[in-house]
Amino acid sequence: MADDRRGGVTGASPPDRELLSAADVARTIARMAHQIIEKTAGADGVVLIGVPTRGTVLATRLAAAIGGFGGTTPAVGSVDPTLYRDDLRRRPARPLAGTTVPEVGLDDALVVLVDDVLMSGRTVRAALDALGDHGRPRAVQLAVLVDRGHRELPIRADYVGKNVPSARDEQVLVLLGETDGRDAVLLRRGAGGPRTDEGGAR
Amino acid sequence: MRHLLSVTDLDATAATGLLDTSDRLKQALLGREVRKLPTLRGRTVITMFYENSTRTRVSFEIAGKWMSADTVNVSASGSSVSKGESLRDTALTLSAMGADCVVVRHPASGAAHRLAAWIDRDSAATGTHTAIVNAGDGTHEHPTQALLDAATLRERLGSIAGRRIGIVGDVLHSRVARSNVFLLATLGADVVLVAPPTLLPVGVRQWPCRVGSDLDAELPALDAVMMLRVQAERMHGSFFPSAREYAIGYGLSTARAALLPEHAVVLHPGPMVRGMEIAPEVADGPRSAVLAQVSNGVHIRMAVLYHLLAGAQQ
Amino acid sequence: MNGTANDLLIVGVRPYGEDPVDLLVRDGVVAEMGPGVAERHGRDADGGAIDMVRLDADGLVLLPGFVDLHTHLREPGGEESETIETGSAAAALGGYTAVFAMPNTDPVADSAVVVEYVRRRGEEVGLVDVHPVGAVTVGLEGAKLAELGTMARSAAQVRVFSDDGRCVNDPLVMRRALEYASALGVVIAQHAEDHRLTAGAQAHDGVVASRLGLAGWPATAEETVVARDCALAREAGAALHVCHVSSARTLAVLRAAKADGVRVSAEVTPHHLLLTDTVLSGYDPVHKVNPPLRTAEDGAALRAALVDGTIDVVATDHAPHAAQYKDTEWAAARPGMLGLQTALSVVVHALVEPGLLDWRGVARVLSERPAEIAGLPDQGRPIAVGEPATFALVDPDGVWTVRGATLASRAANTPYEGMRLPATVAATVLRGRITARDGRVARHDEGQGTP
Repeated sequence: MADDRRGGVTGASPPDRELLSAADVARTIARMAHQIIEKTAGADGVVLIGVPTRGTVLATRLAAAIGGFGGTTPAVGSVDPTLYRDDLRRRPARPLAGTTVPEVGLDDALVVLVDDVLMSGRTVRAALDALGDHGRPRAVQLAVLVDRGHRELPIRADYVGKNVPSARDEQVLVLLGETDGRDAVLLRRGAGGPRTDEGGAR
Repeated sequence: MRHLLSVTDLDATAATGLLDTSDRLKQALLGREVRKLPTLRGRTVITMFYENSTRTRVSFEIAGKWMSADTVNVSASGSSVSKGESLRDTALTLSAMGADCVVVRHPASGAAHRLAAWIDRDSAATGTHTAIVNAGDGTHEHPTQALLDAATLRERLGSIAGRRIGIVGDVLHSRVARSNVFLLATLGADVVLVAPPTLLPVGVRQWPCRVGSDLDAELPALDAVMMLRVQAERMHGSFFPSAREYAIGYGLSTARAALLPEHAVVLHPGPMVRGMEIAPEVADGPRSAVLAQVSNGVHIRMAVLYHLLAGAQQ
Repeated sequence: MNGTANDLLIVGVRPYGEDPVDLLVRDGVVAEMGPGVAERHGRDADGGAIDMVRLDADGLVLLPGFVDLHTHLREPGGEESETIETGSAAAALGGYTAVFAMPNTDPVADSAVVVEYVRRRGEEVGLVDVHPVGAVTVGLEGAKLAELGTMARSAAQVRVFSDDGRCVNDPLVMRRALEYASALGVVIAQHAEDHRLTAGAQAHDGVVASRLGLAGWPATAEETVVARDCALAREAGAALHVCHVSSARTLAVLRAAKADGVRVSAEVTPHHLLLTDTVLSGYDPVHKVNPPLRTAEDGAALRAALVDGTIDVVATDHAPHAAQYKDTEWAAARPGMLGLQTALSVVVHALVEPGLLDWRGVARVLSERPAEIAGLPDQGRPIAVGEPATFALVDPDGVWTVRGATLASRAANTPYEGMRLPATVAATVLRGRITARDGRVARHDEGQGTP
């Protein structure tokens, strides 16, 4: 979960490799915002739903960027997929994150689900189930800052900030100013720290 | 968390974690048409009530169902319990049938502790695990009631630490009072008990709370007041002379409720004896959180089931 | 002088823990005692054993056999928990040579028929003198006096009467019982508990019980009955024995009454000497007992009172309960705990090791005073030539771990499960006959065997 990653930054060797700098992150978010405007014809009727914690931060930033680039500023919400996960029993009960559905609701909206890292696809699967319990969107698209491969389910992102081919035992750490004090994406080599798949990342 | 037997199983972090989970669950279900989460699919929750309590039993049952657990109700009458089967045999039978959780209400203090001990001894041999939730044991504890009270107080007051909370009435026979005193103290509240001396336990001076005798003197400084049930049988046990005299000294009348600060909340675990314990105008008035307690009860019990059953066995 | 198979030679034993001597026992009586007795009798010319039972007791402490004024043997009626046979075995293994069997059996021992049955079964088993205690009131119901005279004059020769388990609560009934008993020369042993103050009580009325939500048994329920009974005994000129004193508050009452010349004696149980109500936190009913375990302060006061004589004796209140009566929720469990095989060790642990009591003191509280209170002429006697050879041989350096399952009682409800306790009973001798040795009982019909 979030704390694992923050803890990791201050953790011991080996040194982390920076995949994206703060400037890269800003540029990537801007590019993704443009792509969303383009693909959704002005983002009209779009609702951005973040997967907590950093997916929600990204969704908020994307919404601001979309508005800033002349699109319709989308409503932002978040959906915690934890209660829908298929791997709950693999580790101790985890704390739940917030779920907030925008007042416009999800029915007939074009929902763009936003997450920081896409790996196995299980989090997205759970988030899709959670979304379905909150309404019936016209369509759902997926935006991720980093796609590191290793998919275990037939899930594909519509908007990808950066593809990062990585080994399973590596960790991809997404840092955002709101939650971590600075923006960056780091790659951590295998040894040390819990193996980070999407489950561990929540 | 293996079982929930007593609020002393919870430190401040664990208790706050349960309250947070409860809030999140409430939020996740807010405004939804389908109030069903898949979280506990395939898990079996058995409620075993040796005392009647529609309120608590239904609350646990709804909590389980909303998380897709299979819930089964066993009541003492009409089951093998009434044929003289011991609590131990009943519990081991249910455990052997694969119950993931047994929610137990029993008139004997410590019954939930005994169940947990028997089941742990048994599961050490079989490698299974059944979580026990104490839904009220004699005059000992009722942890989920205290948790739902805490959730309600936090919701209404914004915080619990540093708040002054009065608990009024039959503390001696109240499992709700015991659980609340110790949980609220863990969460940093300043708890005051007000009761006739006959209804205070001998050891109360060692509890993490203060004991007051004059309700009127305490009320203006309280952030919340929790009125306890006075059971009918107490009226015949010489604990106090009459219902009328009790109401004069310890009932929350309209006039007395007016002594509370503007923001103060009134709680009652129910069922209420209107008139004697609490005036109807107060019970139904804007300060009353009685119905919020009931709805928070479902979310708290969902949170407890979630923490006990959703994760890996520890 | 050659011995016979009925002779017993005890070699190198230390009476009351003092200088070692040898004892020659003949016909159940100490025939010779002193250094070198074994040299004169123990070996033939070739150094071989002659036809005589020999107990090599090097370093063992020799005490008069223990007398328990308060035992529940459960027979008749409660044989799933204990029988006179299993209870006698437990007694012999615990160093006891006489026990007083409480009358709360089914049927209640409130008639000559039942007390004679108990006495006879005890004699058949033959491991310990089983003295039935007769009920004070019919059916232990506290209303109508039982036939005390008939029981006293029966073959069972009942000398102690008690409604133990219940209090003779009605002051008038108690007064009549004491008055009536005074003419018979028997003792009324009172279970002091004002039932009106203990309705529904489950544990000591204190901090622990109030936190656990267990209804309280206030010390005042004991104190007030003892005060009342002392006043009644004074007026009646009767002998009153107070069972299982549990509270420090009762001690002041006893001191005042004794100073005032009231014929009152009192007992304390091993568990009240050692255990406190803090062990209740897990709700394991093995700790449920009546009167309840109380506080550390009570325990300290009881130990001091035993030392200063305010309390006369240690009595076990040995109360076996089969698992189905104990492995339940607290409120449903029956009160009581095993005591016969652990009493000595608890007394050594709680009183001898801290230096509060020496071995002569142990002899006083476990043997001499109880025999005196009950008027037993051949128990609790001095260790001397011409006295009955009725002994407990104690290994003061022995250490053992209590396991309920391995105790001789049919039930296993010991509160000391898993505890390591000091002092073991190496042998028990009843009128010259070994009844227990090295943790095994010697059956009546097995003879002495050859060591």
